[in-house]
Amino acid sequence: MRKNKFLTFYACLVFGFLFLPLAIIAVTAFNTAPTISFPISGFTFKWFANVFATKSFLSGFQLSFMLAIVATLIALLVGVPAAYALSRNSVRGKKLLKSFFLSPTIIPGIVVGYSLYQFIVLKLKLPVMQGLLIGHFLVVLPYVIRVVGSALEQFDFSIEEMAWTLGCGKAQAFFKVVLPNISSGIVAAFMLAFINSFNNIPVSMFLSGPGVRTLPTALMNYIEYFYDPTVSAVSVLLMAATIAIMFVVEKTLGIGALTK
Amino acid sequence: MSKVTLNDINVSYDGKTQILKGLNLEIGEGELVSLLGPSGCGKTTTLRVIAGFIIPSSGQLFVDTEEMTKVPVHKRNFGLVFQSYALFPHLSVYENVAFGLKLRKMEKAEMDRKIKEILEVCDLTEYALRFPKQLSGGQRQRVALARALVIEPRLLLLDEPLSNLDAKLRLNMRVEIKRLQKKLGITTVFVTHDQEECFSISDKVAVMNGGVIEQFGTPEEIYSRPKTEFVARFIGFENFIQLRKTQENTYRANDGSLFTAKMDCGKSECLGTIRPDDIQIVTNEEAAGNTVTAKIEVRTYLGKSYQYELSTPIGRLVVNDGSGALYKAGDTIKIQLPAAKIVLV
Repeated sequence: MRKNKFLTFYACLVFGFLFLPLAIIAVTAFNTAPTISFPISGFTFKWFANVFATKSFLSGFQLSFMLAIVATLIALLVGVPAAYALSRNSVRGKKLLKSFFLSPTIIPGIVVGYSLYQFIVLKLKLPVMQGLLIGHFLVVLPYVIRVVGSALEQFDFSIEEMAWTLGCGKAQAFFKVVLPNISSGIVAAFMLAFINSFNNIPVSMFLSGPGVRTLPTALMNYIEYFYDPTVSAVSVLLMAATIAIMFVVEKTLGIGALTK
Repeated sequence: MSKVTLNDINVSYDGKTQILKGLNLEIGEGELVSLLGPSGCGKTTTLRVIAGFIIPSSGQLFVDTEEMTKVPVHKRNFGLVFQSYALFPHLSVYENVAFGLKLRKMEKAEMDRKIKEILEVCDLTEYALRFPKQLSGGQRQRVALARALVIEPRLLLLDEPLSNLDAKLRLNMRVEIKRLQKKLGITTVFVTHDQEECFSISDKVAVMNGGVIEQFGTPEEIYSRPKTEFVARFIGFENFIQLRKTQENTYRANDGSLFTAKMDCGKSECLGTIRPDDIQIVTNEEAAGNTVTAKIEVRTYLGKSYQYELSTPIGRLVVNDGSGALYKAGDTIKIQLPAAKIVLV
C-alpha cells in the first residue's frame, strides 16, 4: 500500500494535540517550582508525597473508588437483566426504551446533576451517601445496558434455545450458556461504568454534602486555592492506574472488548 | 421409539397472520419424515411447535399417547439440530456433548462411556478437546448431531442441518444421518427446502405450502404422482396443459387435440403435467398418439442434455433432450408426451 505522507503527518498532529497536554502535565508533576509551570526548573518527588499527605485527596479517592465500584455493581445487577429482556423479548416500545436508556449519555451532565439535586436532595432529603450512590448508579446504568445489550445481540439466540432442548430451564440456561459468552461484554461494561462514575463531576458536585467529596471534586476544590503541582501528581497517578488497568484488560480480553 | 401426532395445529404470530392453518400430520415410530417446502411455507414453524418453542393457538401435539402441546421445551427430551448448529462456543466438543447428560444427573463413569461412544459413532474422537471455532463445518455438524443424540431423545428434530455445508460434504452427511437414524431407530423430523436431499433421506415427505400440508406420502409417491399443481411445480414438473375429459383416459387440450393418459383425474377439467425429461422428441414416422408439433424458441446446454423451450399449440413446453441430436432455435420438431408419464392434478 502506498503511504500517504500528508495523512501520516495529519495523524501525528492530532495525536500530538491529544497527548501533548498530558505529557506536559506529567512532566510538571516533577517540577521543583511551587506553581505548575513548563519547562521545569528541577526534579523532585515532593508533590507526590504531598498527594498522600493531603487528606481530601485520600478520602476523595477512597470515596470515588467505593462509589464507582458499588454503583457499577448495582448497575450490573439491574442492567444485565434489563438488557437481556430488551434483547430477547419483543417488548412493546423497545426502540423507545433503548433511546431512553441512552438519554443520560446525551443530556448534558449539568442538567442530570441539577435534576437529581432537585429530586434526591431537596425532595427526598436522602443522606449524602445514598444520594451520591443513586446518582452514580443512574449515570452508569445506560452504559451497562448499552454495552451488555450489544454483546447479547451478537450472541446467537438459537444457542440458548439449544440449551433448553438439552434440559436447561430458562434461568439455568442464562447462567450456563449466555453469561459465559457475554463475559467480555460485562467486563467492558464494568470498565466503562467504573471510569464514568470515577470521573463524574456534575452529578457529584450537586449531590455532595459537607465533608463528603469525591476525588474529582476534591481536585477542583484544591485548584481553587492552590496552584502547586500536587494536582499534576494526582493526574500522573490516575493515568498510571488507567494504563495499568488497560494493560491487564488488553492482555486478558483484548482491547476490542471495550470498543465492540 | 415414538410416534408423533399433530392434530389441527393453528399458529398465528400477531393474532392476524396465520402461519399454520389446521395442520394435521402423523409420523410413525422410527420414521424419518421430511417437511419440504419453499421458505415461508411453515415448515420451520411446524418443527418449532414440535420442539416446544411455539405454543400453538389451538390444536394438540401427541407423542405416543401423551399430550405434549404445553410441556416446556426443557422437559420434552427431544434432540434438536439447527442450521447454525448452535454449538456452545465456550465449551469443548466433549463438554458440548456432555451438556445434556450433566443436567440428567448421570453417574460420571456412565456419562463418560456414553460420550465416548457417541463421539466414536460420529467420528469425532480425536476432536474431543477442540473448541467449536477450531472445527470445520462438517465437524461442527457432527458435534451438533452427537449432542442431540447422546441424550437418547424421544424424537430427533433437524432444521435444515445440511444447508451450510458444501455439496460433497452434504451428500456424505445425508447418508450418515440416515444411517444413524436407522441404527438408533429414532423417530425423526427433517426440515428442508432441497427436494433431492429430502427424497433421498426420507421415509415419508410432507410437502408444505402456505401453512398447510399439500401432500403427505412416500418420496416415490410424491415424485411420480403429485396431487396438486403446487406439489408438481415444486418437484420439477414444468409443463402444464389445460385438459378437458372427453371419455375414459382421453382428454382434449385447448386447441382441440386429444391426449391419452394412464391416470384418471376424477373430474371433468384438470391440468396435465409432465417433467421436461419425460417428453420425447420423435420423427414423423414414429409419431403416434400424444404428439405435438413444436417450434424451438431457446436452447440451453445443461451438461448431460440440452433443454429446449418450445412454443406449441397447447402452450409453452420445456423439454430436456439427452439423445445427442442437436436442434437449433427456430427449428420445428415433433414431440411426444407418453401417456404413462402424464400426471393429472
